[in-house]
Amino acid sequence: MQQIKWDDPFLLENQLSEDEKMVRDAAHAYCQEKLQPRVMKAFRDETFDRDIMTEMGEMGLLGPTIPEEYGGPGVNHVAYGLISREVERVDSGYRSAMSVQSSLVMHPIFSYGTEEQKKKYLPRLATGEIVGCFGLTEPDAGSDPGGMRTRAKKVDGGYVLTGTKMWITNSPIADIAIVWAKSDAHDGKIKGFIVERGTKGFSTPKIEGKLSLRASITGEIVLDEAFVPDDALMPNATGLGGPFGCLNKARYGIAWGVIGAAEFCWHASRQYMLDRKQFGRPLAANQIPQLKLANMMTEITLGLQACVRVGRMMDDGTWAPEAVSLIKRNNCGKALDIARMARDMHGGNGISEEFHVIRHMVNLETVNTYEGAHDVHALILGRAMTGIQAFS
Amino acid sequence: MKILVAVKRVIDYNVKIRVKADNSGVETQNVKFSMNPFDEIAVEEAVRLKEAGKAAEIVVVSVGPAAASETLRTALAMGADRGILVQSDDEVQPLAVAKLLKALVEREAPGLIILGKQAIDDDSNQTGQMLAALLGRPQGTFASKVEIGADAATVTREVDGGLETVSLKLPAVVTTDLRLNEPRYASLPNIMKAKKKPIDTLSPADLGIDVSARLVTLKVEEPPRRKAGIKVPDVATLVDKLRNEAKVI
Repeated sequence: MQQIKWDDPFLLENQLSEDEKMVRDAAHAYCQEKLQPRVMKAFRDETFDRDIMTEMGEMGLLGPTIPEEYGGPGVNHVAYGLISREVERVDSGYRSAMSVQSSLVMHPIFSYGTEEQKKKYLPRLATGEIVGCFGLTEPDAGSDPGGMRTRAKKVDGGYVLTGTKMWITNSPIADIAIVWAKSDAHDGKIKGFIVERGTKGFSTPKIEGKLSLRASITGEIVLDEAFVPDDALMPNATGLGGPFGCLNKARYGIAWGVIGAAEFCWHASRQYMLDRKQFGRPLAANQIPQLKLANMMTEITLGLQACVRVGRMMDDGTWAPEAVSLIKRNNCGKALDIARMARDMHGGNGISEEFHVIRHMVNLETVNTYEGAHDVHALILGRAMTGIQAFS
Repeated sequence: MKILVAVKRVIDYNVKIRVKADNSGVETQNVKFSMNPFDEIAVEEAVRLKEAGKAAEIVVVSVGPAAASETLRTALAMGADRGILVQSDDEVQPLAVAKLLKALVEREAPGLIILGKQAIDDDSNQTGQMLAALLGRPQGTFASKVEIGADAATVTREVDGGLETVSLKLPAVVTTDLRLNEPRYASLPNIMKAKKKPIDTLSPADLGIDVSARLVTLKVEEPPRRKAGIKVPDVATLVDKLRNEAKVI
């Protein structure tokens, strides 16, 4: 028997290998020393510093599971999750920018692309020399991506893409876009294309006025009869399985990431309860704050264990996509509750940017919604248990 | 030229230190450990010298328990070439560390030995100086700048009155101060590469050194809590208290 470690009650530390801990520590140091000082201004001004992608590239944080021969460090999924947690401890927007590059751009090129496509794009994406984005969601196709309108028409030497993609992280600064479209040459099935900046008919207007994830840049992808050559097609994925394969990776990273944001809120609330005195004693001396902190500690500790478990399953190949739905849904919902509670516990100070909790709170509203909304993941779990699909 | 860098595994600087209930030491169970920050600066300096073409190989050494190999691995991820762990589960005091390092210097024949000026656990600030004395080689402690010439190093030292510049014939011992450099983050590719770099494990007996403690720790206590200040009504009271109570004027 030992004394409880309040910030790591189940000793996650002892469940990690030496290099997983080193990766985590390196990511933690970078995030706290280089990202944390920038985030308040970036969020306030709704700007994303492009240099962050280059810095993350130098650190090897982009596409961490991609093997060495394509420019990645080739770490395991647990290490990837630990990075995500450290970045989101600072801001969900920064984690989004990293997730998109890693899971939604590098992963599909690695898994569905040709050898030429891998050699051409992956090393430069890994260093952050080029930035990618992922176009699946449309104005009228969110939870139901199969209802997309974007079309690829086969023409001589390539394809002509037409359609609009919405809520695309990194699109205004992206050098390449992974665009999913229904292809008439493939019986109307969904295929993925790598569209380069500079393609005629391709534009990426920025979406202004977000009150969440303001430190990451979001835009549309507009394809107005954009011609791409034959070799822009990623041959090894057909149908929704392509984009869903990417989303599984990203959602797994999100499940870890939101715990980082929740941990920030928990630790900040604990400290605030200890420091703030009312009626002659610290707020922490009252039962209600202790109950709230106990709930945070419990959900975060359980959520982290779920992340490690699913990470180990991904590494040994025994995972199922539904397991990722389970942790994405649970951890996002719980993290959002924790951030709202932390905002409340900080009283008046809780609305100030300097205490950061309200930023995490409004960020997590998005994270709970994107990459499969909380309710939709429930329906995925419902289908897994009953065999009945309730959403179509 | 070969550079030998000594690194120590210490309780992480972010950890709030707790004294053990029996006052025999500080709590180390389930406490995060990391490389002594001054030693990180030492590793960084060695890596920069290697990158500048002034050094051919960097050997990192640590004295401590088996877990100190994690600290060596961090140094390897920053750019050192190979590691040596002198494994000892008992407390190894500065003089014994200096003797072990001397034995390794004789074995490895480095042109430069870089250490942190002190470790943040016991704050002894002794090992570098003792090592230089045992070796009979020059020392440049509290370095804020190091330049390597043909057969000498020019070291700028941070001393109480300002900066002092010394020239040391190589081989020499340098200990690092905070402003020498800003250590890099270990990148993920380098962390993965570090797994393949060799670490040799030796015992103090292999080097023929007796590391038994010469100093006995009688008791470890937390520093006394700082008492709250008071407000004085006027200058006369302040002067009176400074003169008669604090006895500082």
